[in-house]
Amino acid sequence: MKDLRVEWRSREALSAMCVFGILVVFLFNFSFNTGREESLRMLPGLLWIAFAFAGVLGFNRSFAAERENGCIEALTLAPVDAGAIFAGKLLANLVFLGIAEAVVVFACALWYNFSFIPVLVPFCAIVLLGTLGYAALGTIFGAVAANTRMREVMLPVLQFPVAFWILVLASDASADALRGAPAVTIRGGIERVGGVSLVFTVASFLLFEYVLEE
Amino acid sequence: MKSKFPMSLHLAISLAWMVIALYLIFLYAPEEMTMGEVQRIFYIHFSLAMTALFAYFFVFLGSIGYLWKRARGADDFAYACAEVGFVYCCGVLVTGPLWAKPVWGIWWTWDARLTSTFILWLLYIAYLMLRAYVSSPGRVESLAAVVGTLGFITSIVDYMAIRWWRTQHPQPVIGGGTDSGLEPSMWVTTFVTWGALLCLFFYLVRLRTAIARTRRAVSIARQQMAA
Repeated sequence: MKDLRVEWRSREALSAMCVFGILVVFLFNFSFNTGREESLRMLPGLLWIAFAFAGVLGFNRSFAAERENGCIEALTLAPVDAGAIFAGKLLANLVFLGIAEAVVVFACALWYNFSFIPVLVPFCAIVLLGTLGYAALGTIFGAVAANTRMREVMLPVLQFPVAFWILVLASDASADALRGAPAVTIRGGIERVGGVSLVFTVASFLLFEYVLEE
Repeated sequence: MKSKFPMSLHLAISLAWMVIALYLIFLYAPEEMTMGEVQRIFYIHFSLAMTALFAYFFVFLGSIGYLWKRARGADDFAYACAEVGFVYCCGVLVTGPLWAKPVWGIWWTWDARLTSTFILWLLYIAYLMLRAYVSSPGRVESLAAVVGTLGFITSIVDYMAIRWWRTQHPQPVIGGGTDSGLEPSMWVTTFVTWGALLCLFFYLVRLRTAIARTRRAVSIARQQMAA
């Protein structure tokens, strides 16, 4: 909760995440220099890469800020459960990444003349579930990486191999949804993303207390 | 810890076993019909891959053991398994392409098994890099154990997800594996080689654990001297 308020006052990380996400889409667009058809085929993967990079940027901030002014010690001393701290951090990360994602999706809709409206419900479900697992891993690895030298490097090294399947399954499912595949296929995709995300969210939740303790 | 099984004997057995394995690979096992001599790398490749996979499971066991019992020994064991397992995993990624190029005509393809081996390799790197970069003293063990546990969960997810993913994107079947219908003599060679590499693996793990223990003893002794 506190994170949301603090971050809202500065909006530092949030704007960085949004700008970064848009830059990723922009760079991809020109480095591949594809026509509209090609771009639409690549859109789901592109979106998830943008989400992934924007996310890593935000997760780094979430514990670095605590570290800088020694707040993390206070947090661990406070009579709250590690689970509560995890939930708070996860919620903040989810909201920020969600806002950044909305901005990126809006930019893509604009640039590629692609309307997300007809596929909004399944697409949102996939993004929400995928982001949940991704942000859960980002929260715990952000806390782990805050204990290391070169944490900006350490976080992606930890995050990407573990979150690999969330990203792959989510962009697969998004591709199905955006293509307007049969409902059964889309539902299967959503279930897979949800299942994997849930496994990682629960695991991160359970392991989080070992990251905090002294 | 004084073990009943001396290190030198363990090393000697590992080496002798390796020699027997090499004999079986090159002189005993028959030449494969379609792939020829190149196929002999399979014995090493398979054994390395299986051991690398088991090694991450040992990392997981050590990690859980540490988180649960706070036993230093469990952490040493996990670290040692990760280091040796990483070396084995590198071996898999080297012997694989050497075999694939003449047989498949390509060095690499993002096939299910290759992808999951590559992810395993990345997980080893993540674990080892974390151990090298943790700056707060006394935190390394639990942080590494958390990463080791999440890494193992990833390899289980990997095992399931690769099937969903592949059923969604059927790929042309590339080359024929030797998995089906191995000659009995080939089976013998496979298992003897795997045994030899496992024996060597445990030797290296013991050696590495002993080093970790000595290093800790030295640092404690140094602190006592300073105080």
